[in-house]
Amino acid sequence: MNEALDSPLLFEQGVAGRSGVDLPEPPRVADRLGGLRRNRPIGLPGLSEPQVVRHFTRLSQKNYGIDTGMYPLGSCTMKHNPRLNEMLARLPGFADIHPLQPVSTVPGAMELIGTLMRWIRTLTGMPSVAMSLAAGAHGELAGLMTIRAALEARGDPRKKVLVPESAHGTNPATAAMCGYEVEAVPANARGRVDLAALKAALNGEVAAFMLTNPNTCGLFEDEILEQAEALHRAGAFFYCDGANFNAIAGRVRPGDLGIDCMHLNLHKTFSTPHGGGGPGSGPVVLSQPLAAFAPLPYVIDGPDGFRLVEHAKDAPGARPFGRMKGFHGQMGMFVRALAYMMSHGGDGMRQASADAVLNANYVLARLKDVLSLPFDGPCMHEVLFDDRFLKDTGVTALDFCKALIDEGFHPPTMYFPLVVHGALLVEPTESETKEALDAFIDAVHRLAARAKTGDAAYFHGAPRFAPRRRLDETLAARKPVLRWRPAEAQAAAE
Amino acid sequence: MRYLPHTDADRRAMLAAIGAASIDALYRDVPEKARLKAPLDLPAHAGELEVERALGAMAAKNLAAGDAACFIGAGAYRHHVPATVDALIQRGEFLTSYTPYQPEISQGTLQYLYEFQTYVALITGMEIANASMYDGATGTAEAALMARRLTKRSRVVLSGGLHPHYREVTATFLRNLDGNVVALPLDPHGVEDPARHITPDTACIVVQYPDFFGSLRDLTQLASACHAAGVLLVVAVTEAVALGLVRSPGEMGADIVAAEGKSLGNALNFGGPYVGLFATRERFVRQMPGRLAGETVDADGRRGWVLTLATREQHIRREKATSNICTSSGLCALAFTIHMALLGEDGFRRLAELNHAKTVQLADALGRVPGVAVLTKTFFNEITVALPKPAEPIVEALARRGILAGVPVSRFHTDDARLANLLVLAATETNTDDDVARLVTALTELVR
Amino acid sequence: MSELRYTNEHEWIRIDGDTAVIGISDYAQEQLGDVVFVELPEIGKKVEKGKEAAVVESVKAASEVYAPVSGEVVAVNDALTKDPALVNRSPTGDGWFLKLRLKDQGELAGLMDEAAYRKFVKGLK
Repeated sequence: MNEALDSPLLFEQGVAGRSGVDLPEPPRVADRLGGLRRNRPIGLPGLSEPQVVRHFTRLSQKNYGIDTGMYPLGSCTMKHNPRLNEMLARLPGFADIHPLQPVSTVPGAMELIGTLMRWIRTLTGMPSVAMSLAAGAHGELAGLMTIRAALEARGDPRKKVLVPESAHGTNPATAAMCGYEVEAVPANARGRVDLAALKAALNGEVAAFMLTNPNTCGLFEDEILEQAEALHRAGAFFYCDGANFNAIAGRVRPGDLGIDCMHLNLHKTFSTPHGGGGPGSGPVVLSQPLAAFAPLPYVIDGPDGFRLVEHAKDAPGARPFGRMKGFHGQMGMFVRALAYMMSHGGDGMRQASADAVLNANYVLARLKDVLSLPFDGPCMHEVLFDDRFLKDTGVTALDFCKALIDEGFHPPTMYFPLVVHGALLVEPTESETKEALDAFIDAVHRLAARAKTGDAAYFHGAPRFAPRRRLDETLAARKPVLRWRPAEAQAAAE
Repeated sequence: MRYLPHTDADRRAMLAAIGAASIDALYRDVPEKARLKAPLDLPAHAGELEVERALGAMAAKNLAAGDAACFIGAGAYRHHVPATVDALIQRGEFLTSYTPYQPEISQGTLQYLYEFQTYVALITGMEIANASMYDGATGTAEAALMARRLTKRSRVVLSGGLHPHYREVTATFLRNLDGNVVALPLDPHGVEDPARHITPDTACIVVQYPDFFGSLRDLTQLASACHAAGVLLVVAVTEAVALGLVRSPGEMGADIVAAEGKSLGNALNFGGPYVGLFATRERFVRQMPGRLAGETVDADGRRGWVLTLATREQHIRREKATSNICTSSGLCALAFTIHMALLGEDGFRRLAELNHAKTVQLADALGRVPGVAVLTKTFFNEITVALPKPAEPIVEALARRGILAGVPVSRFHTDDARLANLLVLAATETNTDDDVARLVTALTELVR
Repeated sequence: MSELRYTNEHEWIRIDGDTAVIGISDYAQEQLGDVVFVELPEIGKKVEKGKEAAVVESVKAASEVYAPVSGEVVAVNDALTKDPALVNRSPTGDGWFLKLRLKDQGELAGLMDEAAYRKFVKGLK
């Protein structure tokens, strides 16, 4: 439908001799390349600046973003990305400083990071935070490694990690990367972790329990205090996946729940932009027993101000398990996150969480008789539906979501969590007005009604009005084509 | 509050529809004693002007590299980024979109990722590449894990020329797994022979090109020695611009290339966010971590792109996944792609030539300073020099004069006295003749 | 015995002397959707009853194929590498995965015959 927005691949547009930059003529020097000068062309396309601008502008117009409309992707917290934060991150005093400049030349950077750390510690009620992690999964890995290091220091590394059966895939993947086996703990009929099953699974081999709270069904784990108590009695640590912190920021502190270790997603709860898949930032808060083992590097808040610790010997008592990333952390995202926190303030963040939960419950209340709800409310910041309402219609959850695209909405998260069939996880966030929610709810009503009339063909053919119709993912997986190749190479391959 | 649209009337109406007395009632599953009754001890909300002032004051306390003569590299190189890049990445459709799980409305993201993957494969000389990693260091660690899976061996050898952060991160990622990591002694003179360390249980050798000390060495023989023994060669590249002028790791026989892409399109940002480039042989694709954009067709037969081979990834394979990576570095990958599009073949080469020429000038000028020895004979845009006395205090003194004179090796290795006099410096197209002159004059004085 | 026997993980097995041919059932391929890739074991590999012998991938899922009996891998179906869709088109025929040299015929006891498996699948739906 929208071929008008298409732009061929850069490699299909390039012309030899064109360039979009004007660089001076390099001085003639006898090179010092040791005979390693490149002797064949790379094959990069040449384009003028106007061509490049047009190409990427057209590409952008085929994307749906938070700026376009409601983006109720459960577990992703697609809240508004403030432009103030973009401007501040680009100040030369933040953007144009090298991580390895003498620290004496960047006291303001130390102050930024240290200040952000204070806000994070206050919000979470935890004494320590490791800042260098680049994303949630990275933070999760660091968290588990910290736990393992603490256990090893006790002479008791243990063997396995417990995860709820509704866990996000990163949890078991992370545990495996940490050398741990994974065992799943079932949920009870109310969609929470079965406490008796958890207790039964606890023994001297369990290093940690990895919980998401609120959980992946959008529900607060109401027996979390009992879970923490059981874990600690068994000598295990309590890891919390903080992806859903947006429900409780400013209203509940993980430190008060008995959690030992939790990663935050600055690109979810704290509005740093998702950017089509990153960059993110995943700081990890730590309890007192774990603090000493935090990975390097980190910023210390001392009597003489903030300072950077890059080696264990520079922090008394530090026993870091290692280093998780080059340099210090995602400074660009720190600036944005602190700007977000300062803009909202403690009062605003508390209200944001309340509005996020209010919005999700409003969606629940108005859609529970139209979609199917596996667990009674109230929910937290996201509401989980399943596909029972589509039974005998010939329409799948996927089909329903593709039709929602034609209504002008980004669909909710599909098929996650796996504990229900055909999951639809809706997270409106606090950024949406009541009118926007009503428009979404009305669209869902219309589609559900249409599905029930037996018009399955309509759904199978969706989307019709997006830049592309439904794409063949089977073909992409059976015959992977992962890059452009010049014509001769393509012919040779065939 | 400017980001929160609800009025009290809105909230009342919504609570009525829900049938709840208050928002607090919606939090009834939270244990009573865990509920915060009062706001936390944090400042109240602030308007834009206030926030600008507060953060602006912090930024103003820092010496920006652009206000100094900057010769720092050591894994992050200062390059000029055309204004077009930043203007385009700030388009809301790029900035505020998510991972392209609904490909029909994410063709912009998917097409640029496909173009990014192509650029990475082309410049590294490899067959395929993924849609980015967090950075070069974590990419290198993941490459070592991948090599272990592919060879079913567990020993990893790290070159003495590999960036200290890359060595540490790789060792950290491997610390809880069976097998051992062998870190070869630091190699400031670029003379090590990693092939000597091949054993039957070696999965891979990890080298850097050009290395941490700046040295450029032909990897062809090392690659052959590795392959004869069933070992994979992992090549880390911290300066992607080098690939505009020197032979690619792929053509020398690399099996996996883990590079840092920050040099194209991205600012220094005090160390992050950066963008890991990850490329390998086509036959290894199923063991490659990270996301992949692949070509396909839609229901009308039109070409389009989707995320593919997702069954390698965490959300499907879970504990058997190739990695736990989820969010990577999308917008930084876009910036890289736009910058590469602007440069083109001629621009990329010329940019590299400018970098090399400036560094040759720097090396020659430093070599004339009494007491200073330039250790690196073959290089791209980075060299190591030996000063007649410890480098760290000299670097501090030069910083006070507005000269960022590289990084003392002792910053990474604090307890080895033999390294205390070593200094690693880089020069890029952003350095002027005046920068070089100022550095040389001040250094001459300080080493006397 | 040339008829198929089934496991409750939806693998089928057909015996031919001391060789067992193994694949996945029609129900399994239907549940998986379009098969995009099959990971087959190496010839000579020893597999144990109930342990992973192969992996079958669709676009959205990856499933282990467990060995219904113990044995040594003597052949794998290379046709699946070029044409994984064979599993969908002919799951109990040309879409076979691997052949094992049987260790212990006794392990066949307890596997479901065609009728029992059909009943089992009905119970799942």
